[in-house]
Amino acid sequence: MVSEDLNRLSGDIQLIVDGKRLDGRGFDELRPINIKVGVLKRADGSCYLEMGKNKVVAAVYGPREVHPRHLADPVKAVVRYRYSMAPFSVEERKRPGPDRRSIEISKVSREAIEAVVMKELFPRSGIDVFVEVLQADAGTRTACLNAASVALVDAGVPMRGLISSVAVAKVDDVLVLDPMKEEDNYGQADIPFAFFIRNDKIESIALLQMDGRVSRDEFKEALEMAKRGAMEIYQMQKEAIKAEYMIESEEVNSDE
Amino acid sequence: MTRPIVLPGELLASNPKVAGAGTYVDKGKVYAKFLGLLDKSETSVRVIPLKGRYIPSVGDVVIGIVREVTSNGWAVDINSPYQGFLPAAENPEMRPNRKPNDILEIGDIIIAKVVNIDPKMKVTLTMKDRMCRAVRFGRIVPINPARVPRVIGKGGSMIKLFKTELGVQIIVGKNGLIWISGDRRKVNIVEEAIYIIESEAHTEGLTDRITEFVKRRKGELNGQ
Repeated sequence: MVSEDLNRLSGDIQLIVDGKRLDGRGFDELRPINIKVGVLKRADGSCYLEMGKNKVVAAVYGPREVHPRHLADPVKAVVRYRYSMAPFSVEERKRPGPDRRSIEISKVSREAIEAVVMKELFPRSGIDVFVEVLQADAGTRTACLNAASVALVDAGVPMRGLISSVAVAKVDDVLVLDPMKEEDNYGQADIPFAFFIRNDKIESIALLQMDGRVSRDEFKEALEMAKRGAMEIYQMQKEAIKAEYMIESEEVNSDE
Repeated sequence: MTRPIVLPGELLASNPKVAGAGTYVDKGKVYAKFLGLLDKSETSVRVIPLKGRYIPSVGDVVIGIVREVTSNGWAVDINSPYQGFLPAAENPEMRPNRKPNDILEIGDIIIAKVVNIDPKMKVTLTMKDRMCRAVRFGRIVPINPARVPRVIGKGGSMIKLFKTELGVQIIVGKNGLIWISGDRRKVNIVEEAIYIIESEAHTEGLTDRITEFVKRRKGELNGQ
């Protein structure tokens, strides 16, 4: 860590060259996103999502009976969220199984999802969300949340709106949207956001974490930047779902 | 008339009085609750679901499997997040000197009706209805509950087709289980047809294709 800090201070690793990022993006530009809905046959809802080099797949089961039984809540559904990284998703093989990092991500992501899922409609039942990172770059937790949100819609789970998530980082003293690995590793700050979006408008913040150092003004600017990025992602999520259900809707329309 | 697809959180109306099934009201505005098709008229707004588990509602005819026998009734699996319960008093076969075990056993299949759902989602069933019975013969075909309207068809057209063309008895449970009874070879044809209906996502002229399929298979039967 010390050597990294020294590198950064001495400017050995330059993350911004001629006003462009290492992969040629502008400061407020997202990585390419690709969303596929309904990729898993046995899940109630599923989604495969690519955000740059991140590749994640989300599966939703439920509402269903909760096992073990004592976890069930008599007045509302319990939401369970598992974030997990495949051993081959990172450069150095990751030991399979939960670690402190994935337990934390699972918890904060679950809380973000709980902000939109209408749990009170399904007493005594459970909604399970599983997300697996197949390939990790940076911002896997945001990619996973985006995928989970689409998978929940695909499962037909009642929700107040959608969750769209994106991170902002500070590198070489400028704020950049949707950081990639180098910017995450050698940057000065990393701030993942998730928003509750309803009717094409951001209603509230569902997830907010930060690590690093930013000034108060920089933070406010980062929030605005994240909002714009999240709206872009939201449009893509919407399009992906609508495209998937276009054919089916024609069928129902012609039937009734 | 084509109905547009709506996603959760889409604003549907600003008058909370028109809110119907599949919608929710927040601060006087009506929003969609889940993915579905928008059905809007002057007096009501509702969303027709495209996906999702079977959630019981009062009056539904369901087909269930007995999972547990207790002294005062039967716990029934109705292919939903919730278990149904059939009290002994709701089964007309029950006589004072008989035990629940003598009438229905674990694994038995019944056609029942939902009579009551309490706020804790305890589902009470009844068999005191013309349609209801214990299933002692025939076949059960499971499908995705969201496809049930498709199997029934416009105004019951698909069911009518099976009944008139093949002379089978058929009862479609709202929970996605279908009971068919009749000549075994004809039941086979119906089962195949139901699976075709369930799997074909792109179904322009599905009714015509199923009619053709049923007629062809029936012709093959008679030709033998």
